[in-house]
Amino acid sequence: MLLAVVLLAGPLLMTPYWTGLLTQIVILAILAMSLDLLLGYTGLPSLGHAGFFGVAAYGVGILSTTYQADVWTSAAGGLLTGLVLAALFGLIVSHVRDVYFLMITLALGMVLWGLSYRWIPMTGGDNGISGIPRLEAHLGLPTTGPVPFYYVALLVLAASSVLMVLLVRSPFGLTLRGIRENERRMRSLGFNTWLHCYLSYVLSGAFASVAGVMWAYYNGFVSPTYLDLTASSELFLMVTLGGPATLVGPVLGAGAIVLLKNVMSAYTARWLLVLGLVYIATIMWAPQGIWNLGRRQSG
Amino acid sequence: MRYFIVQTLNGLFSAALLFLIASGLTLAFGVMRIVNIAHGSFSMLGVYVAYTVTRQTGSLLLGVAVALVAVAALGFLMQRFFLRRFASQPLAQMMMTMGFALFFRDAALMIWGGDPFTLTTPAALAGSVDAGGIVFPWYRLFVIAVAALVAVAVWALNSHTLIGARVRATVDDPEMAAATGINVSLLSGGVFAAGAALAALGGVMGGPIIGGYAGMDFDLLPLAFVVVIIGGMGSLKGALVGALVVGMIDNYGKALVPELSYFTLFAPMVLMLALKPTGLYGRA
Repeated sequence: MLLAVVLLAGPLLMTPYWTGLLTQIVILAILAMSLDLLLGYTGLPSLGHAGFFGVAAYGVGILSTTYQADVWTSAAGGLLTGLVLAALFGLIVSHVRDVYFLMITLALGMVLWGLSYRWIPMTGGDNGISGIPRLEAHLGLPTTGPVPFYYVALLVLAASSVLMVLLVRSPFGLTLRGIRENERRMRSLGFNTWLHCYLSYVLSGAFASVAGVMWAYYNGFVSPTYLDLTASSELFLMVTLGGPATLVGPVLGAGAIVLLKNVMSAYTARWLLVLGLVYIATIMWAPQGIWNLGRRQSG
Repeated sequence: MRYFIVQTLNGLFSAALLFLIASGLTLAFGVMRIVNIAHGSFSMLGVYVAYTVTRQTGSLLLGVAVALVAVAALGFLMQRFFLRRFASQPLAQMMMTMGFALFFRDAALMIWGGDPFTLTTPAALAGSVDAGGIVFPWYRLFVIAVAALVAVAVWALNSHTLIGARVRATVDDPEMAAATGINVSLLSGGVFAAGAALAALGGVMGGPIIGGYAGMDFDLLPLAFVVVIIGGMGSLKGALVGALVVGMIDNYGKALVPELSYFTLFAPMVLMLALKPTGLYGRA
């Protein structure tokens, strides 16, 4: 409840800086929830998930700057790029599990990163793509400032959450959990586990792409750092720190990481050092995530 | 013809480095089921330590020795105090190593700064061999020889000594191995340390050519993963064959179609996954 109030009323009381942070949290919450579908509910640890996020962001960046496309084409194009990619990668990864899944998604994520880094005519290489128009301007609306965009992002988060909650509560979602617990049993019960894993991967990639599109508009800039291994591991930590297979947990995780990152950056440039320590501390003391920790204590 | 011989030798050189790094990764995986995200960091730390010690003392040999011992000790401590608590929880272990990888990455940047460097080539190995018009640097031949030597040594250790027998028993069934009196946790620490040292050796051997730079850890890691995926996780033979395949393909790929260099590297991995997900010599 408190979370909902903060998210809804927050920007009206906050400085633009904090509104910006809250926008980041909202967008990354979509991303973290998308990974939760895969990691938490299906039990498939993807270490290349930032790839879809980044590719969708590049889609928006390239369409809206190089090709001067309108907002719908750009957003749909970004989304579609991520989706098609997930559909292709899914074919490769859906029949492997556990550590193999981990290593393959990591390697595929690195391919995407390599592409964004070296396909300079298209992606601008290390410089990235700048000059993505602001969403309001791109829509042709007269409003300015961070608050309207925040509410758009919040709306997208709300819509995505509703879809994802419906998804995990549906028979399909229950089957995914069944696969996570015992794939062999699910298969002998007659479920097509390959197809379920494949769809879970594609859907998860689709929601990550939604987040990527929003992020491109939020930042107005895309660069290879969006899809490198550090980005994927930050994302992985959001889900683990928050609590996998809860959907709410990853939202908290996203909030915690974004806040920590910005607070820390006021004191030190050693963000990765801190991130590494948070990682180790999470595994040592809160392997089920803070959301589950809180729930256990309260009853 | 001459071109192909030189390219093949270059491919062998890449394969030698890849084998050194990937063999450590596959060893640790075989015994502990650990997917070590910090494996590339071991290579990076190895070359950084070697660089510092060499600059302080002027002795390259001492630098290499200190680097190997230091990284092995680091690996041992990591296993002993952090990873061991999460035995048989592969995901928790992986994330732990990821935390370490990020930590090492930033710590290295803090200690050594971001400037790239190369180790000096040992004087005895400077220059090139010229055999019938085929010119090839001595140092690269030396690295190929070292990797071959390490391959033979590891193989002999693994299949002809008591320690090797214990390692193989632990790979097959850790619980039964423990029941027969093998100190599995000490053995695991030892294997993890050895794996770290191999990674460091790979980093140091590449030192005069690839050198050390910020971000090399995450550059090397996917390469080692591709080798291990192709060869099969936990298999030393797989690491050797995988390194040869990847080294050759990468080298010819770069020479013939430089624009696609990243794809030529990952294409064999994707192909292998489609045909045989456990890799050439891996077990399910």
